Amino acid sequence: MEPLQILTIPDDRLKQPSEPVTSFDDELRDFVAELELARQQGPAAVGIAAPQVGVLRRIAIVDCSNTRKPVSNHGNLVLINPEITHWDGYEVGREGCLSVPDYTGNVIRATRIRLKAMDEQGDEREFEMEGYEARAVQHEIDHLDGILFIDRVVSRRTDLFKRKVYR
Amino acid sequence: MQSWYMLTLTGEDRPAIVAKVTQMLFEHNMTLGEASMLRLGGNFTIMMMVGGELDQKHLEQVLEPVLAQLGLSLHIDAMKGGLHRHVPPNIMVRVSGADRAGIVARVTGVLAETGFNILDLTSDVAGTAQQPVYIMQIAGVATVPLESLEEAVSSLREEGIEVNVSPVEMLVG
Repeated sequence: MEPLQILTIPDDRLKQPSEPVTSFDDELRDFVAELELARQQGPAAVGIAAPQVGVLRRIAIVDCSNTRKPVSNHGNLVLINPEITHWDGYEVGREGCLSVPDYTGNVIRATRIRLKAMDEQGDEREFEMEGYEARAVQHEIDHLDGILFIDRVVSRRTDLFKRKVYR
Repeated sequence: MQSWYMLTLTGEDRPAIVAKVTQMLFEHNMTLGEASMLRLGGNFTIMMMVGGELDQKHLEQVLEPVLAQLGLSLHIDAMKGGLHRHVPPNIMVRVSGADRAGIVARVTGVLAETGFNILDLTSDVAGTAQQPVYIMQIAGVATVPLESLEEAVSSLREEGIEVNVSPVEMLVG
């Protein structure tokens, strides 16, 4: 199986909002497996979203179970049609992206979130998460809305307390 | 590969400096690389990588009229290095304390002894004229464990300098 190619900026597909998934079939599960493979081939990526491989569907994977410094996590998460239902607090952290080579920047994200998503079987799941894992989920859901972290980078001097705006 | 110059411009701040200078560079087919503009003490300051066909003397000549108009002083160095050499920081150091001579030298001296490489340093004087407070943020790369850095900076606290060291956990998604 040929690994999926990761799109990089300025590819216009990274700026498009993705469509919800409606059928939970083998084709979806095959795609999720390929997407996971692409994530694992990225340099130390804790998440990946379908638009990063040119598929404009609301599918993301987050896995913070293998970070250099252990963080609280829910293992390997397949997030389909994910939705943040509640968020609390905000903090600055440094982010990079498989789709934005050779650049990192500081981004403000909610500290704690409650998340609703389907898994690849179509079962609805709910999570409460915080810190690094919550940041990764917010980064990936942004991809599903056509938003990149570079759209949210804060200036080191002036913007530090600007509130993140959710759509 | 084209050669890069490091341009440094300083002067009294006013609107449209960046626009006028970069327009002039653009009109002479010069390209910009990485750049950083800051307002320091009410002054305009910018350092930028500029590349293209002009040599240093012609670059100065091209900029001269616009700089005279804006009252800016210019310094140009031919530079080594180039783009795509970013190094992500793994440690953030935050410093604050009653302002006095030598804080930066003390803090960065202690960091340097551990082999710490500063990538980004921002410092400011807050408080009031009567009671100035020095506040500094340093991002950089440490090659020793966090605990060793903590130990190295702990002596500074006894001198009344508040220092906290925290890891920068990069997230790639």
